[in-house]
Amino acid sequence: MRIAATLRMALRALRRNKMRSVLTALGIIIGVGAVIAMVGIGNGAKSQVEAQIASLGQNVILVFAGNWSSSGARSGWGGAGTMTVEDTDAISREVPGVIAVSPEVRDREQVQANGLNWNTQILGESPEYLDIRDWPLEDGAMFTEQDVRGTAKVCVVGKTIVNQLFPSEDPVGKIVIIRNIPFKILGVLHPKGLSVMNTDQDDVVVIPYTSLMKRLSKRTNISSIIVQSSGPDVSDRVQRDIADLLRQRHRLGQGRDDDFTIRGQQEISDMFTATTKVMTVLLSAIASVSLIVGGIGIMNIMLVSVTERTREIGIRMAVGAHGRDILLQFLIEAITLSSLGGVIGILCGIGSAKLLSVMAGWPTLVSISSVIMAFLFSAAVGVFFGFYPARKASRLDPIDALRYE
Amino acid sequence: MAAVIKLDNIHKTYHTGEVDVFAVRGVSMEIAKGEFVAIMGASGSGKSTMMNIIGCLDRPTEGRYLLDDVDVSHLDRDELAGIRNKKLGFVFQGFNLLSRTSALENVELPMLYTHNHLTAGEQRERAIHALQIVGLADRSDHHPNQLSGGQQQRVAIARALVNSPAVLLADEPTGNLDTRTSAEVMGVFQKLNEEGITIVMVTHELDIASYTKRNVVMRDGVVVHDAPVQKRLMAEVELRRLQEAHQAVKLST
Repeated sequence: MRIAATLRMALRALRRNKMRSVLTALGIIIGVGAVIAMVGIGNGAKSQVEAQIASLGQNVILVFAGNWSSSGARSGWGGAGTMTVEDTDAISREVPGVIAVSPEVRDREQVQANGLNWNTQILGESPEYLDIRDWPLEDGAMFTEQDVRGTAKVCVVGKTIVNQLFPSEDPVGKIVIIRNIPFKILGVLHPKGLSVMNTDQDDVVVIPYTSLMKRLSKRTNISSIIVQSSGPDVSDRVQRDIADLLRQRHRLGQGRDDDFTIRGQQEISDMFTATTKVMTVLLSAIASVSLIVGGIGIMNIMLVSVTERTREIGIRMAVGAHGRDILLQFLIEAITLSSLGGVIGILCGIGSAKLLSVMAGWPTLVSISSVIMAFLFSAAVGVFFGFYPARKASRLDPIDALRYE
Repeated sequence: MAAVIKLDNIHKTYHTGEVDVFAVRGVSMEIAKGEFVAIMGASGSGKSTMMNIIGCLDRPTEGRYLLDDVDVSHLDRDELAGIRNKKLGFVFQGFNLLSRTSALENVELPMLYTHNHLTAGEQRERAIHALQIVGLADRSDHHPNQLSGGQQQRVAIARALVNSPAVLLADEPTGNLDTRTSAEVMGVFQKLNEEGITIVMVTHELDIASYTKRNVVMRDGVVVHDAPVQKRLMAEVELRRLQEAHQAVKLST
């Protein structure tokens, strides 16, 4: 029998019981819609986290002073006070596979300009800092090695600082006052958005680390070291080498805890993607359950339909339909029902994902692969749950079927 | 004349529970091409079982059945379906048309299961031709519920004819019809038979059987009487008589 004729027959049979068909398909519509929306939310969250992690820079390894994993009365990261600029130089000199290194000193200060003031993060860095973090300038230029050596009173500022202190003028060449010391603005950083920790990365003033240590906070130790390795393949070894080097330099004997903490970018990204992955799997599992419930609905209605149309099946068999013709007819009917439900469900899912991103501000990302998967899955539900009723129909005895009232 | 249907010592036994029911117990019969046979008998006589076997809906427990020189007594389900599709046309008591489906599509139904690769246009042409034979070409787009009982049965006859079967089988074709419509339907059968189509009909009404050419009477699973019809009724004559009677009733009131 021709597929086209069978398909026409299936559509007609479904049209005959419009209400019933719609209600039956509703199970699949809700199931597929839920899968699409859930996976869309999961993917959206994942890609947001990925973008944030990428904003750290390429192949970045962070070395914090202090140890946050040890128990006891030790202070947290940045508090040990044992890490120095010399450590930075040693890493850059002695660890192979290290491309760039920047010491980092942090401070919070009230900054002023234009009669406005703003409390912000002051970062003391080397000129390589922007390259390591893959952070381009929007305007102006970065300070130089010479500025570092000369503890120059220069800075580059984040977009938030510009918005707060220079709302209506070009800040390059202007002066900001940090703890009564005037710093000249050399450049403006390109906006980077929120960090993995949801802090505003653009709310920052970057100055030479020497200037911060000597002019602002009068300290000799640094908060952390930012290292860039040559690639992910050497990252683990570089981390081990740095640890060995620092233990040796800080004269930590056997059995003593590290007074620093090393975090690779991969570890940070793994931590966050694992969370979103668990979310996606959970949401998809719930959605799949509703698809199965929808499939059972289809099976139920197909069984009713086979019983109702026993006489029709008898007529078809009497005029020469083979068992497989009948099987195909009912199977195609079930698949049509579930696929139509699938298509409508996909549209509903995309719609609700869009609605969620607009209303709740959640990032959603509906991928083509999830749409194709959802469609194939809904068709498969039709095959799986339609097969039993269709086989039942195909095995009817024509004599009994013709006599059925 | 060559026998279209050749039954040789056919037995049919049903195993229901503990007792075996011997529905047909040794029937041998030949039906030649162009015959018009009525199989008669009371309920339980085995005539319906005979009809199912002749119609390839059921297989005999014992015996040989040659249809159009092909032994069909041992074919499987799908092979029997193929034989029904090509060699047999069915007309049932309850019409058995697909509801909410036009007369034309009902007639096209058997061709849907024929593997001869007719185009949709050719199928349509043949279906319309079959409807013309039964005089319903102008009703081809009507649904069964828009047709009278007689018209529905004529659509069923058109459906039975559409694949040019070797034998037309009718199971109580007038059981649901009044006298006049019955005569009309029998007229259609007589006309088809005159054109050379072999017809086998099951009925328990003697007057309906009188329209045929040969009567076979069954009782308790065996043939007890098999003879040509002596006083054959002709549908045309009967219809005219009924018309006159109707007129007479009208005039007298």
